[in-house]
Amino acid sequence: MVLGIALLSSQAARAEDAAPRVIKIVAKKFDFTPSEIHVKKGEHVVLELTSADRKHGFKVPEMGIRVDVQPGTPTRVDVTPQKAGKFAFACDIFCGDGHEDMTGALIVDP
Amino acid sequence: MANELDRRTLLQLLGVGGVVLGSGLPGFSLVQAAGGSQDFFFLQLSDSHWGFSGPPNPQADQTLKQAVQAVNASTAKPDFIVFTGDLTHTTDDDALRRKRMAEFKSIVADLKVPKVIFLPGEHDAALDKGQAYQEAFGPLHQTFDHRGIRFIALDNVSDPGASVGDTQIDWLKAQLSKVDKDAPLVILAHRPLFDLAPTWDWATADGAKVLSVLEPYRHVTVFYGHIHQENHHETGHISHHSAKSLIFPLPAPLSVPKKAAVPWDPEHPARGLGYREIDVKGKARALSIQEFDVKGGRV
Repeated sequence: MVLGIALLSSQAARAEDAAPRVIKIVAKKFDFTPSEIHVKKGEHVVLELTSADRKHGFKVPEMGIRVDVQPGTPTRVDVTPQKAGKFAFACDIFCGDGHEDMTGALIVDP
Repeated sequence: MANELDRRTLLQLLGVGGVVLGSGLPGFSLVQAAGGSQDFFFLQLSDSHWGFSGPPNPQADQTLKQAVQAVNASTAKPDFIVFTGDLTHTTDDDALRRKRMAEFKSIVADLKVPKVIFLPGEHDAALDKGQAYQEAFGPLHQTFDHRGIRFIALDNVSDPGASVGDTQIDWLKAQLSKVDKDAPLVILAHRPLFDLAPTWDWATADGAKVLSVLEPYRHVTVFYGHIHQENHHETGHISHHSAKSLIFPLPAPLSVPKKAAVPWDPEHPARGLGYREIDVKGKARALSIQEFDVKGGRV
């Protein structure tokens, strides 16, 4: 019993110590690459966003995430989703004729 | 009653925009009791996207002109017309943007109405922060009184991030400080001031802050565009009404996985470009809406 608890604690500690998976996302007129991102429920990931052309926005309303995405300077967002589902994201800085197509989804698998 | 017949004639002739009855605005009875005004109506036209070309409207170079003709053909004349933004379709080319604005101005100059009020949309103003718009149409935000009603036109588009901004909110507060809290107040804007569908870009980044400033005023009605369809919504006691567009309709909020223009239907070329009449009754604030199809028939 004691050994079991120790093992679980050890596994938990290793999980916390492990570097989060980094998911690179490139924004450009008028899309995100990739536009569909899969993460596991409870998984700590870092979204690393860069722009290939001009300033964009990255907004996931249902997760309360909203950042600017600038050319040259990666923007990092820590995410540990606690709820499975499909969460839409979009550019929220008007960037031209096609801005409204600049969308994607963060899919949290159970 | 003659006035009512004229208004009906206009409704039947007009295939565009929204018709708003001044007498139906919340708080209007207060103005009348004070001897401040009489019935009137104004038109809201929106989202003409002059310069757009593409399959969603193969007649894009005609729709705005048809609207102008329809308004002019009516014997009932509105006190004024307000265009709630996206007058032109966006372009990265500054010269082309100015050309489209000049063409738009030339077309609407034929409107036989006493006054036309313009608001910017993000297609007009977001890429250059409203520079060309101001050269062509004047201030990005403004206020005016008409027959005892205070109108306030807000700019929630010239910031590419869709914020009204603290400077303009301070200006709004200053304007409101001169308004009785029971007086009818009409707010005009391009984007919705509430979170209608943020993932579809149908929101204002600091809209909640604007609404909190408006909240103490008891009779507030907001008219906006942007979403290319009618939508009626209330945030607390504030009612919000969007107008149809003059270019193509968009689907209902979040009704499809990906937002896209409703496909052109050659059998019904004006589908989605109908009009509506809105009455909002004074103290009860009961909303009364009559829908009309583009041929003037009741829906």
